[in-house]
Amino acid sequence: MSINGWLQIAVTLALVLAVVLPLGRFMAALFTGQRTFLHPILSPVEHGFYRAAGIDPAREQGWAAYAMAMLVFSGAGFASLYAILRLQGVLPFNPAELPGVAPDLAFNTAVSFLTNTNWQAYSGEITMSPFAQMAGLAVHNFLSAATGIALAMAVTRAFARSGEMGLGNFWVDLTRCTLYVLLPLSIVLALAFVALGVPQTLTGSLDATTLEGARQVIPLGPLASQEAIKQLGTNGGGYFNANSAHPFENPSALSNMLAIWAMLAISAALPITFGRMVGSERQGWALLSAMAIVMLGGVALVYWAETSGNPLLTALGVDPALGNMEGKEVRFGQAMSALFVAVTTGLSCGAVDVMHDSLTPLGGLVPLLLIQLGEVLPGGVGSGLYGMVVFCVLAVFVAGLMVGRTPEFLGKKIEAREIRLAVLAVLILPLVILGFTSVAAMLPAALASLNNQGPHGLSELLYAYSSAAGNNGSAFAGLNANTPWFNTTLGIAMMLGRFAYVLPVLAMAGSLAAKTRVAESSGTFPTTSLLFVGLLVGVILILGGLQFFPALALGPIVEHVLMHASATF
Amino acid sequence: MIPHLRPAFVLLALFTLLLGLAYPLALTGVAGLVFPHQAEGSPVHIGDHLIGSSLIGQAFSKPEHFHPRPSASGYDAMASGGSNLGPLSQKLIDRVKADVTPGVAADAVTTSASGLDPDISPQNALGQVARVAKARSLPEETVRDVVAAQTKPRLWGLIGEPRVNVLALNLALDKPMAN
Repeated sequence: MSINGWLQIAVTLALVLAVVLPLGRFMAALFTGQRTFLHPILSPVEHGFYRAAGIDPAREQGWAAYAMAMLVFSGAGFASLYAILRLQGVLPFNPAELPGVAPDLAFNTAVSFLTNTNWQAYSGEITMSPFAQMAGLAVHNFLSAATGIALAMAVTRAFARSGEMGLGNFWVDLTRCTLYVLLPLSIVLALAFVALGVPQTLTGSLDATTLEGARQVIPLGPLASQEAIKQLGTNGGGYFNANSAHPFENPSALSNMLAIWAMLAISAALPITFGRMVGSERQGWALLSAMAIVMLGGVALVYWAETSGNPLLTALGVDPALGNMEGKEVRFGQAMSALFVAVTTGLSCGAVDVMHDSLTPLGGLVPLLLIQLGEVLPGGVGSGLYGMVVFCVLAVFVAGLMVGRTPEFLGKKIEAREIRLAVLAVLILPLVILGFTSVAAMLPAALASLNNQGPHGLSELLYAYSSAAGNNGSAFAGLNANTPWFNTTLGIAMMLGRFAYVLPVLAMAGSLAAKTRVAESSGTFPTTSLLFVGLLVGVILILGGLQFFPALALGPIVEHVLMHASATF
Repeated sequence: MIPHLRPAFVLLALFTLLLGLAYPLALTGVAGLVFPHQAEGSPVHIGDHLIGSSLIGQAFSKPEHFHPRPSASGYDAMASGGSNLGPLSQKLIDRVKADVTPGVAADAVTTSASGLDPDISPQNALGQVARVAKARSLPEETVRDVVAAQTKPRLWGLIGEPRVNVLALNLALDKPMAN
């Protein structure tokens, strides 16, 4: 670790902090129906969309109608994306004449982009045409992110409102989020990416003859437009197989810094939006602090583990000064690579600028654990916020148990129904992750896909199902996941991780919205205090730890011990 | 469910036109006008010959050239990606053992994440000076000067890592020979 490295991390996070307040307040204004500076340009488009789609923007939806709208929209998105992928061969903008995508892979990919996971069992350069990338995948990068934010706004209104049935209107939240937040930010960011070297063209490839006379075909495409929303929408699905490690997706240290900033910006601003909408910006800062504490711990552990290098290679005579360089790019450096690793998994983004499979055991433990903790640190756009609200509800419940009072959060009494629904939601992750991993670990067809043996092989399986269920999308990519078994089970894991999680959360929101807000009393546990932040972090770590420690002990933890005993597999 | 069908399909169609076609195509137009070089993949030409992209690493194996990092895909740009070998992998140990010389820079014996890393560390470049100088019958001092001139520092002294673009370095060395 070096001072320069920590400075680079600090500068990046400071740039995020700089936008948290204005962006958070902007979104609060937008989602409470106020006019913003973008309304003169975008309002006609917004209302044109409503007219064409027959949407009455003033109409409120209860939790069940909101959930049904979201499910129908996701279903329509799945159908159209599946069709585009299967029919790619006969659709335009296909210079390499790529054939349609196989059914199991098309299913997996459609679910993946729809649930904001962006797990990719394929290599973009040899599987997807520019049309499939633009009109298929990139569209869902926007819409799945907007869906997540819409859901978070519905959950926010449960606390902002008192004695009401309505949680907002899904179509309005979706449209506003896409038009006023995601699209303008994407345009600016995409142009910045092009300036830094990210291609944006309809040309299929460069056909070069290298300095030593070999032929090198270099794929091109409309990358920058996709790269921008991939980062901003915490999607993480790369245009190319190497994702954000590819020099075209991420050409320089500066573009890397910008990519990290873009991943964090909206997710870090949403707690402020939440705070503002429930009438306490301090509450937003308290949530953000809890997210930051765990994430910074993760960054420090990855940075330390990776700069410590691989003792097995040092023993062969390799200079350990640069740290563990297997699966890393020279231009990013260890500090910003470590930050990217922790942010992309704390966030449910899943873009990668290093190969997580080649991280040291403890360096690889961090992304795995951050996903398993529930993708709330700070979590994917939207999904992170509603996940965090679930943990808040559990935290005040734990505090209530300790002092024997009915717990409250933001003036809403948390009762048996809410706790049951919150627990139902948080049980989805361990059920899906541990269930599928244990089955795969005994299945010869699944084990044949492993790229590494020993404890690292188990980590590859555990990572795949964690990533899918957590809607993250990064991978220990040595695993050959493009098989019918993995395409199907990971697809199911992604669906359960998104929809089986959010439905109980929406039901909880519906029940909370209907309650009247009670005034604070001297017995109310203050949820903006440092004590609450500590309790929240404790609940997240203990819950995640209890669920996943045994599996982690058999994977990365035992691998770390074996590394220092010089074992190989 | 039925009343949601029209909003769902109409919004999906409108957003597909806006986000899937208008947005990327408009950006392609603007990018091509404002940053034509970057938009087309930062190509490098010698005369009329396209020799690659300054951002994409390419294979070099002749002794008179500086060599890039090992690549899991052999610098095939259609197959980007890393080795994905874990730290305890016997394959990794065997591969490094075959390449290692005592005190070698870590990036010289490890594969990059993309398989297309265009850069090497300055330590890695300096470790190759003796071989390149011998193959070119040049004094080592001259080659070392070229490496120093091609070494990019951190941006603003802060961001990124010192590095050497292998293609640029080899072009700089080949240029005086061409004259």
